[in-house]
Amino acid sequence: MEAQSVVVRFAGDSGDGVQLMGTQFVAATALAGNDFATFPDYPAEIRAPAGTTFGVSAYQIHLGARPITTAGDAPQVLVAFNPAALKVNLSLIAPGALIILNIDTFTSRGLAKAGYKEDPRTTGVLDPYQVVEVDLTKHTLEAVASFGLSKSDAGRCKNFWALGLVQWMFNREVASIADWIGKKFAKEPTTRDANLAALRAGHAYGETAELTAAVPHVGTGTAKFPPGEYRGIRGSEALALGLAAAGELADRKIIFCSYPITPASPVLHQLARYGHLGVGVFQAEDEIAAVCAAIGASYGGAIGVTSSSGPGIALKTEAIGLAINAELPLVVVDSQRGGPSTGLPTKTEQSDLYQAVYGRNADAPIPVIAARSPSDCFEVAIEAVRIALRHMTPVMLLSDGYLANAAEPWLLPNLDEFPRITTNAPGPHTVGDEIGTVIFNRDPQSLGRPWVTPGTPGLMHRIGGLEKDIRTGNISYDAQNHQAMTQLRADKVAAVAKFIPPQQVELGLEEGALAVVGWGSTYGAIYQAVRAMPAHERESHIHIRYLSPFPENLGELLRGFDRILVPEMNMGQLASLLRDKLGVETVQLNKVTGQPFLIAELVQKIRSLLAAKPAVHSAPKAVSGDRK
Amino acid sequence: MSTQLQAKDFASSQEVRWCPGCGDYAVLKSVTRALADVGAVPEKTVFVSGIGCAARFPYYVETYGFHTIHGRAPAIATGLKLANPELDVWVVTGDGDGLSIGGNHLMHALRRNVGFKILLFNNEVYGLTKGQYSPTSRVGTRSPSSPNGSFDTPILPGTFALGAGAKFIARAIDVDKDGLGKVLAAAHGFEGASFVEIMQNCIVYNDGVYNSFTDRDKEASAQIHVVHEEPLVFDNGTKGLAFDAPTMSLKIVDAHANPNEVLRHDENNRILAQLLVTMAPPEFPMALGVILRQPGSPSFEHAYYAHQPTKLERTARVADVLRQTSLWRVPPDGAPK
Repeated sequence: MEAQSVVVRFAGDSGDGVQLMGTQFVAATALAGNDFATFPDYPAEIRAPAGTTFGVSAYQIHLGARPITTAGDAPQVLVAFNPAALKVNLSLIAPGALIILNIDTFTSRGLAKAGYKEDPRTTGVLDPYQVVEVDLTKHTLEAVASFGLSKSDAGRCKNFWALGLVQWMFNREVASIADWIGKKFAKEPTTRDANLAALRAGHAYGETAELTAAVPHVGTGTAKFPPGEYRGIRGSEALALGLAAAGELADRKIIFCSYPITPASPVLHQLARYGHLGVGVFQAEDEIAAVCAAIGASYGGAIGVTSSSGPGIALKTEAIGLAINAELPLVVVDSQRGGPSTGLPTKTEQSDLYQAVYGRNADAPIPVIAARSPSDCFEVAIEAVRIALRHMTPVMLLSDGYLANAAEPWLLPNLDEFPRITTNAPGPHTVGDEIGTVIFNRDPQSLGRPWVTPGTPGLMHRIGGLEKDIRTGNISYDAQNHQAMTQLRADKVAAVAKFIPPQQVELGLEEGALAVVGWGSTYGAIYQAVRAMPAHERESHIHIRYLSPFPENLGELLRGFDRILVPEMNMGQLASLLRDKLGVETVQLNKVTGQPFLIAELVQKIRSLLAAKPAVHSAPKAVSGDRK
Repeated sequence: MSTQLQAKDFASSQEVRWCPGCGDYAVLKSVTRALADVGAVPEKTVFVSGIGCAARFPYYVETYGFHTIHGRAPAIATGLKLANPELDVWVVTGDGDGLSIGGNHLMHALRRNVGFKILLFNNEVYGLTKGQYSPTSRVGTRSPSSPNGSFDTPILPGTFALGAGAKFIARAIDVDKDGLGKVLAAAHGFEGASFVEIMQNCIVYNDGVYNSFTDRDKEASAQIHVVHEEPLVFDNGTKGLAFDAPTMSLKIVDAHANPNEVLRHDENNRILAQLLVTMAPPEFPMALGVILRQPGSPSFEHAYYAHQPTKLERTARVADVLRQTSLWRVPPDGAPK
């Protein structure tokens, strides 16, 4: 059997090294020429009690010879390091899947910790699958016996033993992984040699043990890629590189101010290594200090960026209002997670769209954009900075827990092709001019004011959170002025639409029976689901990057479809936004399980909608003139 | 600089809107004079404030100014110093702004030693919100939100600053031109966070709260102006502060009778600073002047750049950095290498 793509899932205790195993398998996958997408699925607890179901950490990889855009629906290969890992993941995997079990852990104690009353190997629940039982721990200990490690240190090598075995299953050598181990553990020769021995022993085990019959032939072949130079990239790394690139394009320092929070922290960690790219990071005392320091940095002439997840963004809200009022640039990155409150810190969700678009006191609009894939984070980060500097406004960039951690191949961009990011300079002025009229002499198209920073001679001025005169910037409590300033703030965000590209259709025609409309990290699943339809004549995929304001043509485009399906990992926030801004009625598909959409569940919904004739023709209504 | 700027050159054209008789007027005068005296460069000078009566301050000074949000001025000023360490930054805050809603930021600015001046206007009351008791109000303060008198223990700004690791702590009275002027000049000359508590009279909601040591007839006996390496004497030199070893506290002695017992002020001594800032009338005089000054530590923003091998200069290109990993090339025929 030659599969076009295969979904592999590694699952074990948080301390089993499953995430490391996954990332090394991905590196080898890239070298083998496969396309891939990954989904690290880890628990909120750092080291939950060993062997329990809530401590199970997993890493899923979808690899194949065809374009891969999601981490895959049902795994066809599961490597379970203990009974808990089997229990948690059994409901996810495909019928007929290959399960590799570490049977050393299937003791009465191990089974009890996982909540198994009986050994699942004897109850028949594993009958639909091909099960390979391996004494993983025992073999690992044997392989590293000569290195004199303690039993627990020796046991830690079992992820590499298992990786060796999986590499053999995919007809791959272990040389590239061995190279990596050599470099990673260069300073700890014993650990290095033990891991190498475990890796090679696992590989050899596949070859010599009588496993062959049970292993399906997984010839994945190679994917067809556009020509060019590639690397693997995680979303958080792409976002960090994108911010650094924006600093380069604008020739300004980036000052990134953040307070640690899951799942946003990887961006902080990445940027902390980019001092030589003109990026400074500041780990603030709290979320509020982080956004305030970013605002202070922007006031001082650097590009101020702050980053958090939903609960932290809530804390930053008041300060975002200050940046709106003071007309200062600011980028706010929200790596969304399940909520409300502390919610599901390590699970993904798209439920901060309301917060991003509507979630501030008073009439306080800001532009909102969203990344759709790990590599897309790069371009979206540049775009966020560009909008912030052009319009002198805070911009919210929505990412999520899935994007932050997931990885995919990335066709490296040519940075010379990106337009430079310009900043608004003050217009000509002479001594005697009221300074405020220079500071607030806004560009008529973008409504962005000049960015005048302390240190500039002759342009000393005061800004703040109080309402100000539209012309002079002096404090003003005048009724008509507040009306005009409120309108100006709304017009400014609306003006962003004049500078952004029109909404494209990802797949399918520009009109038809059904548009599947998404935003953010659901891109891959929606794309594949629409692609899976027999012919793309009736259904199309539209994916929105610019969520506030929408592209100017979006309403017109959506009116070309009989029905609109909006799958979201929330209770219908984009659906509400479309209704609010464009007067468009949609069919919602909402999922808030902390897991990404499966292609299969989208396909099923699309089929059911196409099959059912709508009782009442529910084509979108015309948009009234000023509702935008 | 060709011409020396005068105090009036630092006064902005904005109409000052504090209550008539407010102590803030006197502070504003002393600050503009201090700016002139230290040779401040207007375009390099920035006043950053939070919310409260004192927070209006930036509008009235002819420099750059940012009137921000409640309690957050130290955080915003920290970001400003990171973006441009060359700026001469003054943070203006109050007892509610700095020690209540913004206590966390004040604490961290002090322990990080961020290079700005923090002027904390302490009037022991919330003025702008019309007279509620504040975190520095004394127990028993009657206010709209404490009609039977407040009962929570107040915080002492000086001990807060000491606890947060401040390296410069000074105190002055709003209308004391000489004392406040000296303190402001000293604060300006310090590398790092300089914390200045200004005892400021709120004429509307807390009038006379400092009368026990600011009244003309009590100035001499109830104030001690500390000077580095000089004897700690007050009341026209008749009384002095001495260390009472058995109780590890200060005591008042006759300075003429026991000159050798009188302590000399040491700006480097954190223990002495602790003893001085906790003294209060009527038992003790109020300590004023530079209580603590421990130079020699780099400011946060200096360390921030020094810590970076390239001093945050852009010496690499993103196009190169993003290639510092395993790469693979797909040739035009689509078959990977």
